[in-house]
Amino acid sequence: MSGHRGAARPADRGASAAMPTAAPAARRIAAQGRFETRAVLRNGEQVMVTVLLPLILLAGLARATFISLDTAGATRIDLVTPGVLAFALMSSAFTSPAIATAFDRRYGVLRLLATTPLGPGGLLAGKLVGVLAVQLAQVVVLGGAGLLLGWQPHLAGLLPALVAWVLGTTAWGAAALLAAGRVRAEAVIALANLVLVLLAFGGVVLPADVLPAPLAHLVGWLPSGALGAALRGALLHGSWAAAPLVVLAAWAAALSAAAARWFRWS
Amino acid sequence: MPLSPAVEVNGLVKRYGADTAVDGLHLEAASGQVTAVLGPNGAGKTTTVEICEGLRRRDGGEVRVLGRDPVRDAAALRPLVGVMLQDGGLPNTQRAGDVLEHVARMYAAPADTGELTERLGLAGFARTSVRRLSGGERQRLALAVALVGRPRLVFLDEPSAGLDPQARHAVWDLVGELAGDGVSVVLTTHAMAEAEALADHVVIVEHGRAIASGTVAQLVASGGTTTLRLEAAQPLDVAAVADRLGSSFTVTSVGRTACSVSGPVDPQAVAAITGCLADAGTQVTRLELGRRTLEDVFLDLTGRSLR
Repeated sequence: MSGHRGAARPADRGASAAMPTAAPAARRIAAQGRFETRAVLRNGEQVMVTVLLPLILLAGLARATFISLDTAGATRIDLVTPGVLAFALMSSAFTSPAIATAFDRRYGVLRLLATTPLGPGGLLAGKLVGVLAVQLAQVVVLGGAGLLLGWQPHLAGLLPALVAWVLGTTAWGAAALLAAGRVRAEAVIALANLVLVLLAFGGVVLPADVLPAPLAHLVGWLPSGALGAALRGALLHGSWAAAPLVVLAAWAAALSAAAARWFRWS
Repeated sequence: MPLSPAVEVNGLVKRYGADTAVDGLHLEAASGQVTAVLGPNGAGKTTTVEICEGLRRRDGGEVRVLGRDPVRDAAALRPLVGVMLQDGGLPNTQRAGDVLEHVARMYAAPADTGELTERLGLAGFARTSVRRLSGGERQRLALAVALVGRPRLVFLDEPSAGLDPQARHAVWDLVGELAGDGVSVVLTTHAMAEAEALADHVVIVEHGRAIASGTVAQLVASGGTTTLRLEAAQPLDVAAVADRLGSSFTVTSVGRTACSVSGPVDPQAVAAITGCLADAGTQVTRLELGRRTLEDVFLDLTGRSLR
């Protein structure tokens, strides 16, 4: 037996002499995505705002006929479901990650994970995977509930709806990073919830034309109103709603650029 | 063949606005050894380590970590370098055990999380969410996270802050073992006992510069000085003692009736001190000669004023 100090160590120590390597990027990002999804689904407030609140809105607006809606000939459920989906996508792309990321930033989680093989890029990719996983759950639950309540989406609208979904998630996800990267964590809780609730009835859940004229015009230019209008255009009429989609794309580009410029890791 | 250093920092500069946090710092951490960066709060220890970890950009100077640039070669370095941040960096809402398993998934061949859990005593709180952990439990989890990738180099920022004595010794044993396995360790601390217990090499940092470095033995022996501690029955006239000894000694009062003298304490010096007290009619109640401790070196170098 040789006399050097490593000789008596357990056999598995031998492996540590080899250079440690990172897991493949896809596995790292998938692991981070699962980690983020689990954090949302385990958190009561997050489940409330991303799934239960939209579900209550959907059932309430579809069935509570004492609330009069101008459906312009469509059924109530056909009018309401795309709007509730838009609201739900905002909550999962903006409210929930803005709050989680703000606290991750405050507690140094962003910095610690950035030093692991995940890296800063993998961390952001993992957060995106987490958002998309929650959104998939939202679409299944809310879409399923809508179908049970008699929703008949326009099949020709599936592709434009998908485009609106991607653009809306990009715009609101970038807004989440911007808030989380610049604003104190407690203030982000207030801000993210307030924005969601204030904008919910600004052309998201219901069409903007239920609002007074000047306001209706304004909300069409917001990423919230544009997302609602684009999804209604797609799923209610089976059409590409050009103006809302262009507005949404412009917001997605501008907010992404702003987040890339101003996001802070610590 | 001598191994190249695990970390080499030359003339490092980092400014925050008008404030210069690191001001031309030099530091070398030998491969397979424990290097302690010792300094008072605000000396620039954490900033230096965070630059080495690739978390901050430097404003000047050269930094090589395992022979690479911490920013440009970040992706190559991440699997090789384990990090324990001073503020933890652990996600509050997740369970302790899940956090460790999660970070392990980032590596192709991670350490056995069961073994780490046992070594650091994490099993008792593995199912507890991070927010409910005590300070010491959090520190141990953060250390496990730093080690789970079987790193070649670990940066530990204040690794035993907030630990009780048992947990501190568990952490120290583990750090000592890392060095035995050829892992390079760079730790920051302001606890002398930690540097004395663990470090092969100590770098003392003050105002963003390295003001002394060497082994603990070299540092305490530097200047050939000895320390004399003296207690008396009556208040001491420290100025008179200093006057009698001359400029090659430093006399520091410790309360009103005690003082410590450091310098070339030979028999004549002892006679001069006790003679000075005899002249004043002061009774010596305790007189102790000893080697300086790292704490003496540290306080001599960094001053005794509170900051």
